[in-house]
Amino acid sequence: MRVEIENLSKSWDGVIGADNITIDIPDGDMVAFLGPSGCGKTTTLLMVAGIYKPTGGTISFDGRVVNEVAPKDRGIGMVFQSYALYPHMSVFGNISYPLRLQKLDKGDIKQKVQKVADMMGIGDLLDRKIAQLSGGQQQRVSLGRALVKEPQLLLFDEPLSNLDARLRLTMRGEIKRLQKDLGITSIYVTHDQIEAMTMADRIAVMSKGVLQAYDVPEALYDRPKTLFVAGFVGNPPMNFFDVEIMSTNGEFRARSEAIDLVIPRDRAEKAAAVKGKITMGLRPEDVTFADESSSAGAGLTLTGVAEVVEPLGREDLVGVSINGVEMRVLVDKTKGVRVGNNITLVVNTSKLQLFDPETEQSLLWA
Amino acid sequence: MTTTEIEPQLQPAGPLHKTREKMGRRFAYGFLILSITPILIGYTWLVIATISTRTEGLLPRNAQGGIGGFTLRNWDFVTDSAIWNAMLNSLLIAVAMVIGVGIASTAGGYALSRMKFAGRKTFLSMTLVLHAFKAEMLLIAIFFVLRFLGDIPVIGNYIGFNTVGGVALVMIALELPLGIWLMKGFFDNLPWDMERAALIDGASRFRVWWQIMLPQVRPGLAALSLFTFIAGWNAYLVPFTFTVGTKVANMPVFLNQLISDTAPTNWNAVAAVGLFQMIPLLIFFIFTQELLLNIYAGGSKGT
Ligand SMILES: Nc1ncnc2c1ncn2[C@@H]1O[C@H](COP(=O)(O)OP(=O)(O)O)[C@@H](O)[C@H]1O
Ligand SMILES: [Mg+2]
Repeated sequence: MRVEIENLSKSWDGVIGADNITIDIPDGDMVAFLGPSGCGKTTTLLMVAGIYKPTGGTISFDGRVVNEVAPKDRGIGMVFQSYALYPHMSVFGNISYPLRLQKLDKGDIKQKVQKVADMMGIGDLLDRKIAQLSGGQQQRVSLGRALVKEPQLLLFDEPLSNLDARLRLTMRGEIKRLQKDLGITSIYVTHDQIEAMTMADRIAVMSKGVLQAYDVPEALYDRPKTLFVAGFVGNPPMNFFDVEIMSTNGEFRARSEAIDLVIPRDRAEKAAAVKGKITMGLRPEDVTFADESSSAGAGLTLTGVAEVVEPLGREDLVGVSINGVEMRVLVDKTKGVRVGNNITLVVNTSKLQLFDPETEQSLLWA
Repeated sequence: MTTTEIEPQLQPAGPLHKTREKMGRRFAYGFLILSITPILIGYTWLVIATISTRTEGLLPRNAQGGIGGFTLRNWDFVTDSAIWNAMLNSLLIAVAMVIGVGIASTAGGYALSRMKFAGRKTFLSMTLVLHAFKAEMLLIAIFFVLRFLGDIPVIGNYIGFNTVGGVALVMIALELPLGIWLMKGFFDNLPWDMERAALIDGASRFRVWWQIMLPQVRPGLAALSLFTFIAGWNAYLVPFTFTVGTKVANMPVFLNQLISDTAPTNWNAVAAVGLFQMIPLLIFFIFTQELLLNIYAGGSKGT
């Protein structure tokens, strides 16, 4: 089912939940709403579900405006962060509830519930009480309850946030596979950008009720249109520096009191329109650790002192102070960087991002 | 840093620790025993009095002034149909209250907790203020209301002045502010998501209330029902004011009628009726003790 959200807004006397959101979701796609907590993801989702009434704008399912349609008539299934199971019913009671409300035949219900439960791997738990299940099992029940009525649209509100890291990883894969196999259009709300990046066909990045970007994951990562998107997507986050762009004998340089880098002409020229300081962004992985022997071209290296070393397992996240400016870089563990070490970094300047600090818009990707 | 904070609890309690704990427990028990002693003495007297002709302090006395003189004559009233009638009236009032207060409080509490409507805030503060008024202040006004209700054809015969229904109605009204606030509190603690899930699953708002929300507040409803039942069973002022004669008297009013202004009162018989009135409650408490402790300790837990 194609879902079109147009200029959708919600506010409660003065408090803005969602502000003029426009998103077009193609049939069968999974779209993630990504943003920090309180940015309006749940608000938008609940409007799609029909729980909140929009204060402005429209929601259409397959071209039909559904603003006034009751939640139960929207053909949706929803999975909540808190699972929202009915604690006084058994697993069977929970999964069968939507079907019982439809007054389906008893035998039919039994068969459908069993099928969904088997699909979720909880087929042998149907007689259990909810309180006797682990968090992961509860979320499977919740998923089963959403799927059993064969919805046209699946809504997820941070479904994995309450699970431990390991389980989150398995469930992530399972939900994605299920969604692809069944081909159900889905909206997946999360504040975890890795979840969004790995699961979604497209990501809607939100901040303070406003849609910041709506694009495929790679585009958000490689070509962020706003400073917020650049800073929010990617882990560890992008480093930002205030620099001025200067051109000297045919070379463009990004300069500040702390750094001086030669940057590619095609990117620099786009920033020429802005006078004074601009914001330059560099991802931690676009900076490599230089051995003393390596000879990177002049103007492509930075030198500094390691101030923080956080082992991440395979790599170390090193906070480097470059003439007083903080920068995070990922360094191979085998380099054995210690706090206080002097470090030379080679910058992959072809990946750098440039932003107008006033408008916070990208200068590269209009 | 955190480990050192946790450690002392993980270590087995040392000897000093143990004696301290013991002393603390002894002190607590001592205090409890001391504070319930007067109550225990009172009840002991009550039981002894009901089976004696005469008592002096806690000691039963016979006609010669010696210890003894046990009798079952004080319990003769159990063969009198008037007391069974009073008991039935008490039961009717209490049950009507449990049902009326239960329905109105769960419905009203849910609406006040979950729905937005004009005058919601005003209503909430008004009920709280009304609860602060003592029932005595309203007696005369209520009398006129009951007189008015009594003039309604047919049903007026059941809910007007000097009817069990009228008394129950007044008692329900007086109990409602507490009931609504209590149930609102229980509903306030329930997650919205469960309700949203049910709406999406296809339930109407009424069904959500009935099938999904009500089962979650069952412990609260049980507690409220219990308070209400006791309030109804022991009701005195309202039945005394709005009933005349023995036909519609409930137990406390019947008890009062035994205390005559003209003839000498047989206090031992009064004690026996008092004890008789307590028996249903005692049985009830014995069976629901565990449940009650759960309600007080765990709130809405134990679903
Ligand atoms: N029922 C409501 N009444 C008033 N304000 C609300 C309500 N629901 C959400 N908000 C506000 O709307 C904003 C967005 O909330 P929400 O959509 O829950 O954020 P998210 O799900 O992205 O964490 C927040 O500032 C929140 O306080
Ligand atoms: Mg949320």
